[in-house]
Amino acid sequence: MNSPARRASLPATIRPEEDPSRMSPALIAALPFLGAILAALAGWLGRGAAALTAGAATALALAGLLSHAPAILNGTPVTATFDWLPALGMNASFRIDGLGLMFAGLILGIGLLIILYARFYLAPSEPMARFLTCLMLFQGAMTGIVLSDNILLLLVFWELTSLSSFLLIGWWSHLPEGRQGARMALAVTGGGGIALIAGMLILGRIAGSHELSVILQSREAILASPLYPLALALILLGAFAKSAQFPFHFWLPHAMAAPTPVSAYLHSATMVKAGLYLMARLWPVLSGTAEWTVAVAGAGLLTMLLGAKVALFRDDLKAILAWSTVSHLGLITFLLGLGTKAAASAAMLHVLAHASFKAALFMVAGIVDHATHIRDLRRLGGLRRAMPLTFVLALVAALSMAGIPPLNGFLSKEAMLENAALTTPLVALLALAGALLSVAYSLRFLAGIFLGPPMETRAHDPGPGLWLAPALLVAIVIASGLMPMAVFGPFVEAAASATTGTPVHAHIALWHGLASPALWMSLAALGGGLVLLGLYPRLRAVWEAAPLPEAKAVFEATTDALARACRRATDLLNDGRLSRSIFAATAVIVALAAWAFLTGPHAAGNRPLLPLEFAPLAGWVLLTAAAIATAFRHRNRVLALLLTGIVGLMLSAAFAWASAPDLALTQITVEVVTILLMLLALNFLPDETPRESTSLRRARDAALAAAAGIGAGLLAFALMTRDPAFPRVSDYHWAQSKPGAGGTNAVNTIIVDFRGYDTYGEITVLGIAALVIFALAASVLSSRTALDRLAGLKLARNAGDPHPPMLVAATRFLMPPAILVGIFIYLRGHNLPGGGFVAGLVVSIAILLQYIASGFVWSERRLRFGHQSLIGAGVLVATLTGAAAWAMGWPFLTSGYTHIHPWPLDEVELTTAALFDLGVFLCVLGGVLLALSTLSRLAQHTADREL
Amino acid sequence: MEVLFALTIGLLTAVGIYLMLRLRSFPVILGLTFLSYAVNLFIFSAGRLKTAAAPIVGTVEAPTDPLPQALVLTAIVISFGMTAVIVMMALGAWLELGHDGTDPASGTPEDRG
Repeated sequence: MNSPARRASLPATIRPEEDPSRMSPALIAALPFLGAILAALAGWLGRGAAALTAGAATALALAGLLSHAPAILNGTPVTATFDWLPALGMNASFRIDGLGLMFAGLILGIGLLIILYARFYLAPSEPMARFLTCLMLFQGAMTGIVLSDNILLLLVFWELTSLSSFLLIGWWSHLPEGRQGARMALAVTGGGGIALIAGMLILGRIAGSHELSVILQSREAILASPLYPLALALILLGAFAKSAQFPFHFWLPHAMAAPTPVSAYLHSATMVKAGLYLMARLWPVLSGTAEWTVAVAGAGLLTMLLGAKVALFRDDLKAILAWSTVSHLGLITFLLGLGTKAAASAAMLHVLAHASFKAALFMVAGIVDHATHIRDLRRLGGLRRAMPLTFVLALVAALSMAGIPPLNGFLSKEAMLENAALTTPLVALLALAGALLSVAYSLRFLAGIFLGPPMETRAHDPGPGLWLAPALLVAIVIASGLMPMAVFGPFVEAAASATTGTPVHAHIALWHGLASPALWMSLAALGGGLVLLGLYPRLRAVWEAAPLPEAKAVFEATTDALARACRRATDLLNDGRLSRSIFAATAVIVALAAWAFLTGPHAAGNRPLLPLEFAPLAGWVLLTAAAIATAFRHRNRVLALLLTGIVGLMLSAAFAWASAPDLALTQITVEVVTILLMLLALNFLPDETPRESTSLRRARDAALAAAAGIGAGLLAFALMTRDPAFPRVSDYHWAQSKPGAGGTNAVNTIIVDFRGYDTYGEITVLGIAALVIFALAASVLSSRTALDRLAGLKLARNAGDPHPPMLVAATRFLMPPAILVGIFIYLRGHNLPGGGFVAGLVVSIAILLQYIASGFVWSERRLRFGHQSLIGAGVLVATLTGAAAWAMGWPFLTSGYTHIHPWPLDEVELTTAALFDLGVFLCVLGGVLLALSTLSRLAQHTADREL
Repeated sequence: MEVLFALTIGLLTAVGIYLMLRLRSFPVILGLTFLSYAVNLFIFSAGRLKTAAAPIVGTVEAPTDPLPQALVLTAIVISFGMTAVIVMMALGAWLELGHDGTDPASGTPEDRG
């Protein structure tokens, strides 16, 4: 039931600090999704329209975000909360603080540039609108992650990034690399996501809330909890998988099968930074412990070195950039792992710096690929003359990546070295090695494309559509390098303050004086990098001689082995044999029930038993004999069917005895229809079941069946000999049957009124089942083999006259009274045993008798309307009856009733429930007739069909 | 009387499962019918047994539980629909493939050859 109180709580509860004149954070997160839908629609108008729409949505979200910037940079977060599923602690709460502002700005800002770039990058044959829709979905998911203030909401967005990035990485789905790369990325980041869900839920449990703002205040409780190491491990698993940290780094280079705009977006600025964002977000409550430092700083340092080393020995442009991204993500992770305020501040600086130069470099790689169709560094060279503008862009971005002053990469790399120098000499040395390798691969990338002897090519610089986006990024690289405090300063300070939970004042400068160890380390890295490049041919020979595990092969071997193991386990239980899967399922149920019975407490019930009566006992003997005979003589199919009919008949007698007249009526009519159905089927099927199973197998099956039967019987006995533990639900139905539903038959009022919705579903299912039968028959009749087999069947074996005149006359005479009985049963149903179900069955039987006696052709010819339309009419009547309640302002299927006195009749009761029951009646009638007439339709294709 | 009902439920379950484990479609369908009988009777008896107490307002003071009856009534009709679908599937398989075995390896002259 819908209580007004719950409905009232649905609208947004606006918190006081929210400024209504600015865009709600929820709207900022929703705009990219809106853009995704609109871009798909705008695709009808052309590529430009789709790009403009996506760009406009992104720009609007960015403008909304920046409108909050002044307040956030002053230290006032912006929030918006909607109750969503408060019972689960799941609120749609959004919050923008310094960290969220920086990341959301990156996602939306670079997203805007990527949309521009992609518009001119994708070939005209590519579906632009679909691409942008995927891209906007991804953008929305990422924005959602960084703006969520509820961890459950964050997890939803987190999974959405895995899914949408799967679509983007596998964009060129005709390429096997694209599919494999996308699958690997999904398996790794999705698997990490599962660990993350567990970890976050533990965190929420410890803090007692799913709101991030509450969790971030619970540092003491979280660190003191014995679950802290587990939560930390699970959360880091998710973050490392997403941000490609060792040992999950291998997926990122394979994701390079994506189109370059995707690589630039997902693998420079956004998706891989989601893990970093999460570590920064939870930094106040998780960092500072030995576990954190060892795991995060250790993994980061290792990843930094590993990525840089591999990047040095790759020849594919995008592979170099991918491995260098792995390395730089390691760098940021390392800084977050150190756990100091200065290191966190340096991490934020490098997030911004890396996003700007790496996105520019990816776009440059895309331009070169576009112009020359070559991505192999060994075949490229000397392009500085052919593509001067591209060269300048690449030069600035690559020097920034190498950490050359006065570019922003220098600033953040120096900040990293400075923080590393404060730890142990070994760590400082390893950090230096990372920086050194970074110099080497950056310069190799640059020189390999643009320097050296010019290659034979007609390549030239692209139009502004392609160079504008990287040019803007390069401008930022230079500006933030020259004036770091003016360009990046406020954002870094706000983000670092939000990360550490305390105000941070960043000192970003190009020159820290001669006393700074970072200066000398930077110089050493530069010199060492140049030396390394000089020695490159010899190093390369060593590298190629060394045996290396190929991550992709290992991954595929692992997944293949897992899939094989799963298939073996499945085949063991379900190998396509029905008997085996039924046996397995029954055996498990019996075993579980036995285990529960043997381990749980159980005592005899104390409800008094009803005394044994003679008539029911006689019926029971008949039923038992028939059931046992069925089991033993089931090979004779007609006999087995007759025995089944006896069982059904005795069952309806049992219902009648135990105060269930409605059930007795239903059971007996359904029994008739079922037997008719099976007899029809036996027309086509063999008469005998051959003896196939061994006696051992029969004994085994009988033993399992006996165990199941004993269990079911004991359970029923235990239930019947106890009084209900709770008050009966139906006491309410009983009390309200007359005053509430206007009928005295409680069973019927439950069906058509109290539980009308269930019944509505049930008659629909019945109608669908009949339509399925109709469709199946149509498909059988369209198959040549089936028609041939039907044509070969002779049905009228040994039957004399198929339509005996006595039977024909009797059934035609019986038809009107039978229908009258049906109407009577329908009308009395609301107050006395009967109703739409039984009435529908009775009338069906009357009509089926005509089919039997007078034949299919005779009966079909006299049909005024199809059985399908009866089903449709039934569902329609029920629906309209239910919907009529809306007109009165009541919920669906609320019933009403009144009494009228039409002269000369007695008082007549009018209820909407009776109208609903009419729908039930029509649906049952149509369903039963459609099912059986469809089967008899098959007979029209046999050798001895009626004419 | 409860003993008789419990015995019946157990017997119908056992016969149903035994027939469902056979290798041809027709006994499986019969088995399903038996199992439906058993389940319906079980749900019905969960309302406890009572004679001469049909839940018609005005005829008795303390009726038997009408709710399981309503459940079972619709269940009987639905199980007819389900049986009919399975019968049609079995027929289709028989006409299409020429055998009525429920296991891929059993009962077909073609398959055996």
